[in-house]
Amino acid sequence: MSENGKPKFAMYWAASCGGCEIAVLNIGEKILDVDAAFDVVFWPVAMDAKYKDVEAMPDKSITLTLFNGGIRNEENEHLAKLLRQKSAILVAFGSCATEGCIPGMANLSNPKDVFDAVYDSVSTDNPEGLRPVYDWQTPEGLDIHIPVFNQTLRTLDQVVDVDYYMPGCPPESHQIAAVVELVIKALNGEAELPPPGSVIGAGGSTVCDECARTRNIKKIKKFVRIHEIEEIDPDLCLLEQGILCNGPATRNGCGALCPGAGAACIGCYGPAEGVVDYGARLMTAVASVIDSRDPDEIEAILDGIPDPAGSFYRFSLAHSLLHAAGPAWAGK
Amino acid sequence: MAEQFEPIIIGFTCNWCSYRAADLAGTARVKYPPNIRLIRLMCSGRLDPTFVLKALAEGADGVLITGCHPGECHYLEQNYKALRRYLLLRRTLAQMGIEPGRVKLVWASAAEGVRLAKEITTLVEEVRALGPLNWPARAKQMGAGYGNGAGLPQVAEEVAA
Repeated sequence: MSENGKPKFAMYWAASCGGCEIAVLNIGEKILDVDAAFDVVFWPVAMDAKYKDVEAMPDKSITLTLFNGGIRNEENEHLAKLLRQKSAILVAFGSCATEGCIPGMANLSNPKDVFDAVYDSVSTDNPEGLRPVYDWQTPEGLDIHIPVFNQTLRTLDQVVDVDYYMPGCPPESHQIAAVVELVIKALNGEAELPPPGSVIGAGGSTVCDECARTRNIKKIKKFVRIHEIEEIDPDLCLLEQGILCNGPATRNGCGALCPGAGAACIGCYGPAEGVVDYGARLMTAVASVIDSRDPDEIEAILDGIPDPAGSFYRFSLAHSLLHAAGPAWAGK
Repeated sequence: MAEQFEPIIIGFTCNWCSYRAADLAGTARVKYPPNIRLIRLMCSGRLDPTFVLKALAEGADGVLITGCHPGECHYLEQNYKALRRYLLLRRTLAQMGIEPGRVKLVWASAAEGVRLAKEITTLVEEVRALGPLNWPARAKQMGAGYGNGAGLPQVAEEVAA
């Protein structure tokens, strides 16, 4: 508890885009409840705070920490460990922290290629070919250290123990509001928190379960991209129309927003309950809808999925069984 | 002389055909390398790609998937499903930097003990030629600093110059 008697709240971003913070602000006037119920002690996006202030706090003194972003470098790892030590409840918030998300796709490449893409690509203006240097002394004699880049991107639970997982890219605002309300109630003794390790702010089934489109268990002869068909049937399952949709493997909780709007689910809510490897589950589902028994014809149909790893592991590569592609590792 | 690399192969067999083929190979004293560890499934259609990924992630160097010949599935058509999953999984594995030759699908009826033994021998030799996959050892590097925390030397020199 802080001086004003309120429990403390923190939110941190590691390797992420900032969308999760926006989703938190999108809960609308409920954000005032957060302010009323909590003392916000650390939230780099919203307020000024120094890491040393957090380091000075007693252990477990922050009641609730929402941690978004993956662990890509030394600084992310330091903050993950620090906030774990200082927080009573640490929530892996959003797809990056739970599963690696888009930053985790860099696990398909070697760090050298990641640096090349950033500092030496066609779209980069870097005539002197400058690259980051971890340790550097300025002409004034100041020693400068920038965080060391890691071999791969890790999820929060691959670095520290996590109490709850809240999936989504970003988590839907109504789900965030519901979780905030639950935590406030639990603090007042009016409700109980779910068992540690639970996925919160999401459903226990699949996106297909929430999707209003009709499924006829029809098989397909061809995969198409969404712009390749003249008119998308507004009522028919997208997968049955040949559009690769991640619904069958993805956890519900979003209200099947994308398929509802005529766009395929891309899987941001992560693996459905009980799924070990998201991509494997999706491969199982996708292989089942292909209408062919002939190896050559199957190969021709599969040509319609030009980037399987990117399609099946867009959000969950870092948390998959393989974690990263072979080239991401140094040496053999 | 350096010790020869002995690959670890996980083999998934179907209760109705390939498991019996392996059994037949044993009864008939047909020799095949001990590198393969067979796991019996009720059908190749039970093979979730998760099993293959888990085997590779936890130290296997190769995976053999076996099932009944096309048209002979005990459960009518599940081996076709296995075929489609296998072809899709192979494409994904290639992108993950795992040689497609490490995962193989073979049809073997209950009478084909000799053929199964031959396929196992071939795969063991092929994977031996590819070398160790070493996934668990690689995964230990996940939190290592790129450039070993000492900076990126070749670049540091450039900047200094």
